[in-house]
Amino acid sequence: MNKSILLCGVGGKGTVLASRLIAASAMAKGSEARTAETIGMAQRGGSVVSHVRTGEHIYSSLIPKGQADLIIGFEPAEAVRNLPYLKKDGLVIVNQKAVQPVTATLGGMQYTGEEMIDYLQKEAQVVVVDGDAICAQAGSVKVLNIVLLAVAAASGKLGITVEELKEAVKKGVKPKFYAMNEQAIDLAVKSYKGM
Amino acid sequence: MKQLLMGNEAIAKGAIQAGVNVVAGYPGTPSTEVLETVAKNNNGNIYIEWSVNEKAALEVAAGASYAGARTMVTMKQVGLNVASDPLMCLAYIGVKGGMVVVVADDPGPISSQTEQDTRKFAEYSKLPVFDPSSPEEAYEMIQAAFLYSEQYQTPVLFRPTTRVCHACATIDVPETVPEHTWEGFVKDPGRWVIFPRLSKENHIKIEARNAQIAREKNNPWNTIQGRGRLGIATGGVSVSYVKEALENLQSSLAEKGQPETDLMKQVRLLQVGMPHPFPEALAEEFLNEVDTVLVVEELDPVIERNLTYLCGKYGKQVRILGKETDHLPYAGEYTNESVKSALAAYLQIEEEKTEPSAPPQMPVRPPVLCAGCPHRASFYAVKQAMKGKRAFFCGDIGCYTLGNAKPLDMVDTCLCMGADVTIAQGLKRTEPGTTAFSFIGDSTFFASGMTGVVNAVYNQTDIILVVLDNSTTAMTGHQPHPGTGMTMMGDVVEKVSIEKILTAIGVTSVETVNPLDLQASVAAVQKAAALPGVKAIIFKSPCIALVKPDGACTIDRETCINCKKCIRELGCPAIVVRNGQVEIESSMCTG
Repeated sequence: MNKSILLCGVGGKGTVLASRLIAASAMAKGSEARTAETIGMAQRGGSVVSHVRTGEHIYSSLIPKGQADLIIGFEPAEAVRNLPYLKKDGLVIVNQKAVQPVTATLGGMQYTGEEMIDYLQKEAQVVVVDGDAICAQAGSVKVLNIVLLAVAAASGKLGITVEELKEAVKKGVKPKFYAMNEQAIDLAVKSYKGM
Repeated sequence: MKQLLMGNEAIAKGAIQAGVNVVAGYPGTPSTEVLETVAKNNNGNIYIEWSVNEKAALEVAAGASYAGARTMVTMKQVGLNVASDPLMCLAYIGVKGGMVVVVADDPGPISSQTEQDTRKFAEYSKLPVFDPSSPEEAYEMIQAAFLYSEQYQTPVLFRPTTRVCHACATIDVPETVPEHTWEGFVKDPGRWVIFPRLSKENHIKIEARNAQIAREKNNPWNTIQGRGRLGIATGGVSVSYVKEALENLQSSLAEKGQPETDLMKQVRLLQVGMPHPFPEALAEEFLNEVDTVLVVEELDPVIERNLTYLCGKYGKQVRILGKETDHLPYAGEYTNESVKSALAAYLQIEEEKTEPSAPPQMPVRPPVLCAGCPHRASFYAVKQAMKGKRAFFCGDIGCYTLGNAKPLDMVDTCLCMGADVTIAQGLKRTEPGTTAFSFIGDSTFFASGMTGVVNAVYNQTDIILVVLDNSTTAMTGHQPHPGTGMTMMGDVVEKVSIEKILTAIGVTSVETVNPLDLQASVAAVQKAAALPGVKAIIFKSPCIALVKPDGACTIDRETCINCKKCIRELGCPAIVVRNGQVEIESSMCTG
């Protein structure tokens, strides 16, 4: 079955690796995959988006608006920004912590993660993840992408099981980091099941 | 084995399969990964270099092609402007070994100064151009491009766009790599030395060749699908938007209870993968069978104008719709949505639109200099030193263009690679009483900044050259350059010293300072501003992405009075305000 998954956040937080892991997992099951990622200037703290499409006969690597099965938001405001891509019965998995851009800090125009999440919950089915708490438990801020993927896998909307995700992570990260990533996956799945 | 490959990786692997022998290029988004991927997969038989700029890269490759080697040159679209002198001439001289010039265009533009269209450059230079619509097509097409180049003994252009370069697809790449051997350079001044008489003779041959190519109907990259009277012509990544839209519109018809309508029976699709020389014979056949044509192509109306021209040439009553009839925009990149809307209107299918409720106000999130970036320190030091004095700050291409953002606000101009040095001179001539600063990165200095400094010294225009030396080409992903002491073949070589170059050129004072030492930096700027002549300050501190962070910074609560001056003046993304208190965001801080 074809799946369209959109990952969004702020540059430098591992969205590209996350989209590659989804594609790799799907390919391991014999499916085709397409991805499209923000690379270059916008990565410097700007808004970034990765599109992942798996299945058969996919034409565009970009997801048309209203056709994403799942949005994985690394940051609440970025999830709101990309909500038009979600399909009617789609799911949003969002990390709860807001990342204030320098412009907001400067101009005193700060927003809160809560108002963004409130809006998401009015518009769609949402799973809010305290990714930073799980990262702290796992021992690194760098596993946020893995945490969110694990929640997505546990939700059943990723088209990939937790075990399949672990396999892809094992192949996709350096061996010395695998134990930490595996722990992050287990913690994230536990937290999702406790919700 | 099936692999998930980015378009640029697919191009690189295709070139390796085509037996490429020499690859040269200059980094530039969205082209950079092509050369890097060849280097990563080099079995030792390929010579690869990051050249000092695109002109150098093209000439290095041309020389190797004269000897019969297969060569590839990589650059972004504005890089082709730099390489245009050798390429225009090489179009007349031709090559022996297949030579593919990969030029990545950037509709949007997403990370470029212009939305120029390399297909137009192909028309101008009279060279064949390949325009892949997807990563998997790019993989096949680049191999064909090498053979085509060798068959016609001409360099060919290969033009992917950002959404092909940076999209990934599943591609089957064989494990074995074929080897291409070459004859060697055969001296023949009548062939390799460009003279007016030879250029005229070759010009005649080029026009005849292009006319012959235009008559070919069996080019696999130019195809007609469908059998309707409503024409759609497209090329590049727009092919995927058109196919996606047709499928979506087909299913929306089914939802509306019109499943018997088969859009592919209504439309006829002309896909142009080789837009120059334009496939005239095939297009004529297409125009014979349609009543109207909607042309869907990003950037310039190349297919559109060719079809309009052919209608005139062959006296056909076919209306050509596109950019020039306001059916699609000239500027910006196309999307699934914009193409679907245009097609729905063209096919007279009503689109359903659901508007979600208005979202809360979202923050704008422009790219910024990284937390701990040494460029921020350099800009800040110059700003402090020149406080209250008249000065202008000319910037250039690289991460440091981001110094224009508030609160630094230290880039008054930016045009193209190397221009900061010479724009500053022009401004200085109009305002002699103002101090002229020119900010240039280390890689940009080597690429095209040096000549501008010679110009200033020769013409005695007082400027302060500020070299922001972070020991890498940071913006494009940390490529080595002449000042780094590393080559793309992995060799450790003598570093080319910026300091020695500037001294040799005749710059009055050259001082190297660590920008993270604020006091010394401000003093260096003040000293330079007080001296006559061309002066230079080299702010040397490595890119934060190259050094291991040594723990996050902390705020000394004893001395911090929470005045927020750091927020107002520095703009480091790791310094944030929480509950009215200035704090360090430890997940971002680089020490």
